[in-house]
Amino acid sequence: MSKKKIMLGNEAIARGAYEAGVKVSAAYPGTPSTEISENMVQYPEIYAEWSPNEKVAMEVAIGASISGVRAMASMKHVGVNVASDPLYTISYSGVNGGLVLVAADDPGLYSSQNEQDTRCVARAAMVPVLEPSDSQEAKDFVKYAFELSEQYDTPIIVRTTTRLSHSQGPVTLEERQEREDIPYERNITKYVMMPAMAKGRHLYVEERLEKMAEEGASMAINRIEMGDPKVGFITSGIAYQYVKEACPEASVLKLGLVHPLPRKLIEEFAKKVETLYIFEELEPVFEEQIKSWGISCIGKEIFTRQGEYSANLIRRAVLRQEVKTNPAAGVPARPPILCPGCPHRSVYSILKKLKIHAAGDIGCYTLGAVAPLSVVDTTVCMGASISTLHGMEKAKGKEYIKNWVAVIGDSTFMHTGVNSLMNMVYNKATGTVMILDNSTTGMTGHQDHAATGKTLMGEEAPIINIYHLCKAMGIKNVVEVNAFEVEELERIIKEEVAKDELSVIIAKAPCVLLKSNVFPTKCKEIPEKCVKCGACLRPGCPALTKTPEGKITIDQTMCNGCGLCREYCKFGAIEEVEA
Amino acid sequence: METQTKNIMIVGVGGQGTLLTSRILGGITQEAGYDVKLSEVHGMAQRGGSVVTFVRYGKKVAEPIVEEGQADILIAFEMLEAKRYAHFLKEEGAMVVNLWRIDPITVVTGAAEYPENIVEELEKEHKVYKIDAMKEALSLGNSKVFNIIVLGMAARHMEFSKETWLRVIENTVPPKTVEINKKAFLLGFEGRE
Repeated sequence: MSKKKIMLGNEAIARGAYEAGVKVSAAYPGTPSTEISENMVQYPEIYAEWSPNEKVAMEVAIGASISGVRAMASMKHVGVNVASDPLYTISYSGVNGGLVLVAADDPGLYSSQNEQDTRCVARAAMVPVLEPSDSQEAKDFVKYAFELSEQYDTPIIVRTTTRLSHSQGPVTLEERQEREDIPYERNITKYVMMPAMAKGRHLYVEERLEKMAEEGASMAINRIEMGDPKVGFITSGIAYQYVKEACPEASVLKLGLVHPLPRKLIEEFAKKVETLYIFEELEPVFEEQIKSWGISCIGKEIFTRQGEYSANLIRRAVLRQEVKTNPAAGVPARPPILCPGCPHRSVYSILKKLKIHAAGDIGCYTLGAVAPLSVVDTTVCMGASISTLHGMEKAKGKEYIKNWVAVIGDSTFMHTGVNSLMNMVYNKATGTVMILDNSTTGMTGHQDHAATGKTLMGEEAPIINIYHLCKAMGIKNVVEVNAFEVEELERIIKEEVAKDELSVIIAKAPCVLLKSNVFPTKCKEIPEKCVKCGACLRPGCPALTKTPEGKITIDQTMCNGCGLCREYCKFGAIEEVEA
Repeated sequence: METQTKNIMIVGVGGQGTLLTSRILGGITQEAGYDVKLSEVHGMAQRGGSVVTFVRYGKKVAEPIVEEGQADILIAFEMLEAKRYAHFLKEEGAMVVNLWRIDPITVVTGAAEYPENIVEELEKEHKVYKIDAMKEALSLGNSKVFNIIVLGMAARHMEFSKETWLRVIENTVPPKTVEINKKAFLLGFEGRE
């Protein structure tokens, strides 16, 4: 009997890779893709790694494919930008062993800096895309992607979205198909992309897409579900589920191959229905192509380009039903914040006190942008803190950045920050870079990296020492300090920022959520000593609350005992108690 | 077996353990032979922000999310979050509210005020079951299991037997915490002796 299991979309993607006989998997963590790799390690047949960034991960998978095994890289949508350099060219080369890139888009921006649609990247790179619509399909499509990859000599993108990656549903488990490695043969017209060879491959890539578009009409992952011919939807991915929920009677063309589009099948379906709706989250990728073929249809005129879709969107826009929504008034927003005991809060409280601006980066510490810390002024992408600070100095001179620092986490520094720091050394910058080293990749849920001493598969690994790395670049001023030693940290920041030389301050303290990191004590208020000054509230720790009388209480179940509030209380009204 | 798809929402503050609770719900509905879909929140939103998890089960479930006006049961681990999502309840739906106040940062900084009498206001419009689960959890000696106590209270309004719940809890929670979680569930399910 086949075994059924409830699986997260990402868990099912990893299972698909396992069943497809994948031997190598590489990734950099990023919501909503992280759990793919975390689930990969349960299969001893697969070598799985965290690479320092997505470009490296993609290239690791490419190397494995060229050597003749099935390989997968996975990343979030903005990670695909980092990996786009190898992606655009491996599209020309094609593959030896099957090669799949799982790209996780984030409509609704649950945990991202933009809302880009990977299908646009795929069209530009001329790479085919499959899009599953539930956990079962996530597994099945990954397996099918490997077949297509080898059949059409192309990398394949499997596109998922946050809602699919982080939803669970039943999945039927099957056995792994062990595969013979495909022999490697030297073939420079395929694997060495210099101009003469690439010209030839470009022709092949165009033919490949045309062939796939043609044959897509008979692929089982594209199917017409004929219902009421008055209303037809062309849709894919999670959006398909919303159509089935709101209009179970309607006719649907469900696309599994979303690039290139199976034109014949679309034309056939369009002829069968009276009114045709294109229901796709984010960009009008289907719609613009379908309209360019002279087919009349309705899409972004009534459906938004922003955020996630829902069945209610169809009920309102298509069925013209009134959907009652009556949210309560006067509910204060609850945005994400740094955890109680987070070492970043300590660093930011000092920067705030010194009125220093921070060029920010991607991680939990991006949360330093909002009140009450309000220290971070800019956030662009991974590694950008260091280079943007450098750009400011080159534009305005070294005095201009005397009240600025760059802040970047340890994992982000290893990702691409290190390149930006090399640039500062080379081009004679005088700025101050603060590496907030919490010994993990925090925001995505604690993944190891090249400076933590452990691999994804749980093996001990050499630690790349960030201090020595900076020293090896020739930086004279590199200081390590405990992030919770506020007086010392304040002194160092003042000193380093004032220098007319490049400085790196490594503020170290492990993430408070790491299991190995438990403070032995907690903080407790002494109401008799509290003078209601509110100084302890300044760092914005969520464990602290003001009572109606204006005094402070500390929620003992939330307090992690870092003692920062105690440092800020000048009246001894907060004591250290046993946890 | 229910014929209509049932919609459950679990709302709270990131870090309160909504994921574990939804997984237990997923396990029990699957064991009962239903099609089930769950939808969760990971990443940045989990860091102390408002989080919501959906569980839908029935003969065949399409979308994984619960929309406004559709929830049969709303499980709220925090009072303000109960208020935030109350309009997701069906008219005949019920909510289980944990009497815990966690100030959002907007309140800590003084930019907003924590609403008063949340539960009393909710009771005017909805069927509300309330419990101070943190106090109960501390009486069991483990503050972390408050969420399972709340789940136990919500389970009174669902079709599954006590034995099935306990079995699924045993299969879902970390092995070392099975006993305390079972105790916590029973405390919510049966109330105090």
